[in-house]
Amino acid sequence: MSKYIFAIYNDEDVLMQNIKPLRNNGVRIKEVFSPFPVHGMDQIIGHKRTRISICAFIYGIIGCCLALIMTNYMMITDWPMDIGGKPSFAFYKNLPAFVPVIFESTIFCAAHGMVITFYLRSKTLPGVTAFVPDTRMTDDKFVMQVECNDNSKKAELTALLMKHGAEEVKEYGK
Amino acid sequence: MNYSVTKNNKMLSIGLIAFGIAGIAYGFATDHTRVWASLLQSNFYLLAIALAGLFFYALQFAAEVGWSAVILRIPLAMAQYLPYACGFLILIFIFGHHDIYHWTHPELYDKSSPEFDKILYGKKAFLNIPFFIIRLTLYGLIWAGSALMLRKYAMEEDRIGGTENYWKSSKLAHVFLVLFAVTSSTGAWDILMSIDAHWFSTLFGWYTFAGLFVTGMTVMGLLTIYLKRNGYLPKVNENHIQDIGKFMFAFSIFWTYLWFSQFMLIWYANLPEEVAYYALRQTPHFKPIFIINFLINFFVPFLTLMTRDAKRKENAIIVAGVLMIIGHWLDVWLIVMPGIMGTHAHIGFVEIAATSFFAGVFLWVFFNSLSKAPIVAENHPMIEESYHFQL
Repeated sequence: MSKYIFAIYNDEDVLMQNIKPLRNNGVRIKEVFSPFPVHGMDQIIGHKRTRISICAFIYGIIGCCLALIMTNYMMITDWPMDIGGKPSFAFYKNLPAFVPVIFESTIFCAAHGMVITFYLRSKTLPGVTAFVPDTRMTDDKFVMQVECNDNSKKAELTALLMKHGAEEVKEYGK
Repeated sequence: MNYSVTKNNKMLSIGLIAFGIAGIAYGFATDHTRVWASLLQSNFYLLAIALAGLFFYALQFAAEVGWSAVILRIPLAMAQYLPYACGFLILIFIFGHHDIYHWTHPELYDKSSPEFDKILYGKKAFLNIPFFIIRLTLYGLIWAGSALMLRKYAMEEDRIGGTENYWKSSKLAHVFLVLFAVTSSTGAWDILMSIDAHWFSTLFGWYTFAGLFVTGMTVMGLLTIYLKRNGYLPKVNENHIQDIGKFMFAFSIFWTYLWFSQFMLIWYANLPEEVAYYALRQTPHFKPIFIINFLINFFVPFLTLMTRDAKRKENAIIVAGVLMIIGHWLDVWLIVMPGIMGTHAHIGFVEIAATSFFAGVFLWVFFNSLSKAPIVAENHPMIEESYHFQL
């Protein structure tokens, strides 16, 4: 597992300007924590685009299939229903009546699946201790998480970060 | 930079108009009911596109939108077709009402006549020819008047700059949007729903509006891409295209939602007076188009424009857009034709020619209006924001 140090910035503009030179110097930025969303930050620190929309699509299809099976079983197979005075007892003929259910189930599965995936992926499930390198990151500071696997290089990296506008460089929880 | 109307644009417009006139003349020589029905359908289709342009333009002021400032001249030029469309609408009603609207036949209101229609007699206070013409004129004044006034403000803004004309446009846009909320519904009842005068649907106004807006957004997207590819909109980038794509995608879903809501409730309740409308459209003669209409207008945009990457690609917008404008043409066809023509309705030379005529006029007005003013509103207060728009 990689080890990290944390550089604390006071101003998001200073931070944004210094990310590129830092990355050019071989600094590997894992994450930036900020009190509010900073536009364009994810591209600058080299994050790939989120794949959660693909997950949402897959969860949606699962929800859709579940509802198809459910309505077919409940309303056609197990207890055939005369829907709207049209006793056809065929799934495809009664489909309009089931579409609202299928639609809602699709949305339900996509939404809940996305939320749960997001919690799992960012390790913020209820009950899990939150990853907070510095409590001031929820107030007015910007915290940059930088990879530092080699302890002998730590002083050098700290100096580089300080040179590039960091106010303070620290380790987790210290 | 000003757009200059190219020779090809002119040839295209004139060609479409000439083909249209030939088709309409042929139609009058064979079956005049069919021509009037096609004229009403095609005119409404193009009217809807122009109206959607105006609605989109007004919306940008009411919501103080920044990203769209660079493309605003396109919906504004689309809206300049409204005076013509409203004029055509009134002319079509005056000369073609006997063929198009069953409720205009006087014998239906004559108690001694065997044709006497109790239901339509009850609707007489609303559905009568003088009041109908007054309403059509009123729509024309509101829609075309707003379009012309907004254009005037835009031209003033080009001339003197500042924000004064922005706020004037904004004020008018607010008034227009409130009036549009009413007239888009009542207009849909009058122009389209009164064809099947015995039938009614409370959702019809919104359903028509959804179709209108998605067609307009699609046409706006296609015209934007056309102008961009000819080098007129260098500042339009894939972020702007993506936002237009979002409108196309979102309002296709909205259209489907309303299409289905209207259909499902009527299908489920199964009341004879309501079901008549769909029963006719479910006959073998119309059923293929009924299904194709739904498939094109829902699945094409849903599957092609769902991802972010697709919305940012001009080619994807073009493919989806062309299919969607065909799909929504079918949608209007399916609203208008069965009620007038019954099972004699089909899609052929006359229908295509009628649309071709109005499309020719629309393109002529659009390109001329576009060429008379700078293609980008340089003095728009949010133009810089629009240049640097990023999603």
